[in-house]
Amino acid sequence: MPLRKRGRMGILGVYLRKIYNLFKGEVLVLPSRIVVFLFFFVLLFLPVVTQDPYLLRILILTSIFAILAASWDLLSGFTGQVNFGHALFFGVGAYTSALLNLHALIPPWGSIPLGALAAVLAGLIIGIPCLRLRGTYLALTTLAFPIILMGIVFAIPDITGGELGVSGLNRLSGSRLYDYYITVVLMLGLCTIMWKITDSKTGIIFHAIREDELAVRAAGINTTRYKLLAFSLSGFFAGIAGGLYAHFMRIAGPSTLEVSMSFQVVIWAVFGGVVTIYGPVGAVFILFPLLEFLRFWPEFRMLMFAVVILLILLYMPDGLLPWIRDKIEKECPRCKVRNVATRKDCRVCTAPLD
Amino acid sequence: MIADIIIGGLINGSVYALLAIGFSLIFGAARIVNLAHTAFYMVASYCIYFATHKMGIHPVLAMLVAIILVTLIGLICYKLFINPIREHEAAVLIATIALAMAMQEIMLLIFTGDFLSVPSLASGYLKIIGVKIAYQQLLTIGLALLILAGVWTLLKKTRLGLAIRSTADDREVANLMGMNESRVAMITMGVSVGLAAFAGAVVVPLAVVNPHMWMHPLIMMLAVVVLGGLGSLKGSFIGAYILGFAESLVVFLIPMGAFLKGSVALSIMILVLLIRPEGLFGVAFEEER
Repeated sequence: MPLRKRGRMGILGVYLRKIYNLFKGEVLVLPSRIVVFLFFFVLLFLPVVTQDPYLLRILILTSIFAILAASWDLLSGFTGQVNFGHALFFGVGAYTSALLNLHALIPPWGSIPLGALAAVLAGLIIGIPCLRLRGTYLALTTLAFPIILMGIVFAIPDITGGELGVSGLNRLSGSRLYDYYITVVLMLGLCTIMWKITDSKTGIIFHAIREDELAVRAAGINTTRYKLLAFSLSGFFAGIAGGLYAHFMRIAGPSTLEVSMSFQVVIWAVFGGVVTIYGPVGAVFILFPLLEFLRFWPEFRMLMFAVVILLILLYMPDGLLPWIRDKIEKECPRCKVRNVATRKDCRVCTAPLD
Repeated sequence: MIADIIIGGLINGSVYALLAIGFSLIFGAARIVNLAHTAFYMVASYCIYFATHKMGIHPVLAMLVAIILVTLIGLICYKLFINPIREHEAAVLIATIALAMAMQEIMLLIFTGDFLSVPSLASGYLKIIGVKIAYQQLLTIGLALLILAGVWTLLKKTRLGLAIRSTADDREVANLMGMNESRVAMITMGVSVGLAAFAGAVVVPLAVVNPHMWMHPLIMMLAVVVLGGLGSLKGSFIGAYILGFAESLVVFLIPMGAFLKGSVALSIMILVLLIRPEGLFGVAFEEER
């Protein structure tokens, strides 16, 4: 009897030790991984500590916009197709899921994916003319699409509600806490998926298209297909963000299509650091609560927001998070593995770190 | 009606041309996409409002003061915020958006969000075949065309213009030929902001001054620049009048046109780009690698 018990405990202990070792070897060695772990941990267990509805509301909106900013990075950061009209995807997602919910009575779990599919369609529609453009032309042309759609929204107020938008949608779920878990888990999941995509073979081709499209074509890769894929993937994730926003706010209005919304996304992403996925997500989690915090001085709020961005960019033109990461971590010159900045030699190949 | 459309189109077109040419200049010479360009136009309008209403300065003098002041502000902003990060294109974009937002908020703090108006330079109107045309409208069009001609001469006939054009063509070679590239960029920024301020100054008696007045011209200006071909002055000029007339046609002919004017103008831009991806007069750049 005591022997069996010890055996069971022993197996459990072995597994626990294995998990602990894995955690120690893979997570605790790098400060950036510790931060990501803490980020997941805090977000998932926050409601245990506090269920303040205002705090949860801010975090829900932050999560939604984090998905949006990361999806911009997927298209514009990785693939280099700088999109100044990202609000189009957000707005199409929001309006489609709102109209489907209101008229076809599809519940949120159905209308949000359908809204995302509509955003994919929008991505393909604007992606096809944009294939021929590059660089600044592309950026300035994409700015036009949400404005065109907004004109149409205003011109047919019978369907879209004009300035007032489509209101009276179903709630995302029964309570604020469930809303919180739905959006946060979706955000963490989708951002991980996006990060995985950028790490995959497809992601490498995206990288290559940004760096040198001609060379990628010369290597026998159909860049047209990959660029359209980037447009539709980005549209899909942004559409989900739009649908979540519509159902959480219970309204889809023209504010989702505004130029300032498109600019906001670019600000978040560039502030956090493009071509990283974690950069835009981190930037939203810094800037959006900051904007809420600044509401104590309502008349100086946007001014201070603008000044913070100007000053940070002046010293860190590559974005905030990559700058911090470079400060606390060093790349091994021999095996390209990242190390804590305090180490003298590489943790894998023991080569001295400059 | 027809006269309204023509006058409206001419005024819109002239203002867009002034803005777009300024934007093209700084894009060409320094590769800066200055999204705060129309914010300077807004600041100039406020300067004129302040000078005429609060200080009682004569409108013509107020115009001059506003243009000089705004050009100075533009140069300071350039030196402080844009020049240090010029090599990072994305950062410049965000910095200029942030600048525009900051200016909008400062104006909102000083003047509140009220809709203000400024007295016109010339009162009265002209009657041509039973159609009233205000002198102010004629003056706006005339001044805009005059300044456009001035910019044209500056670029084509003077040594400075030559420097600006050659820097736009090839920065490195221009630098090697002894043109101080950063100084040319600085001067071009001054000219560009000055043009924006001038656009604000001529249009302000016809427009409503408010802190958000920069948004719509910004979008139209970008559409004009893309339509005409980035960096092409002729393209900006013709594109501006095409979109200006398109806008005024839509407003006067289509019901609910005021909502659709932006959409129609931008759709024209996209249609043109589908046929000619480098814009009407743009040069298809060699693939930059």
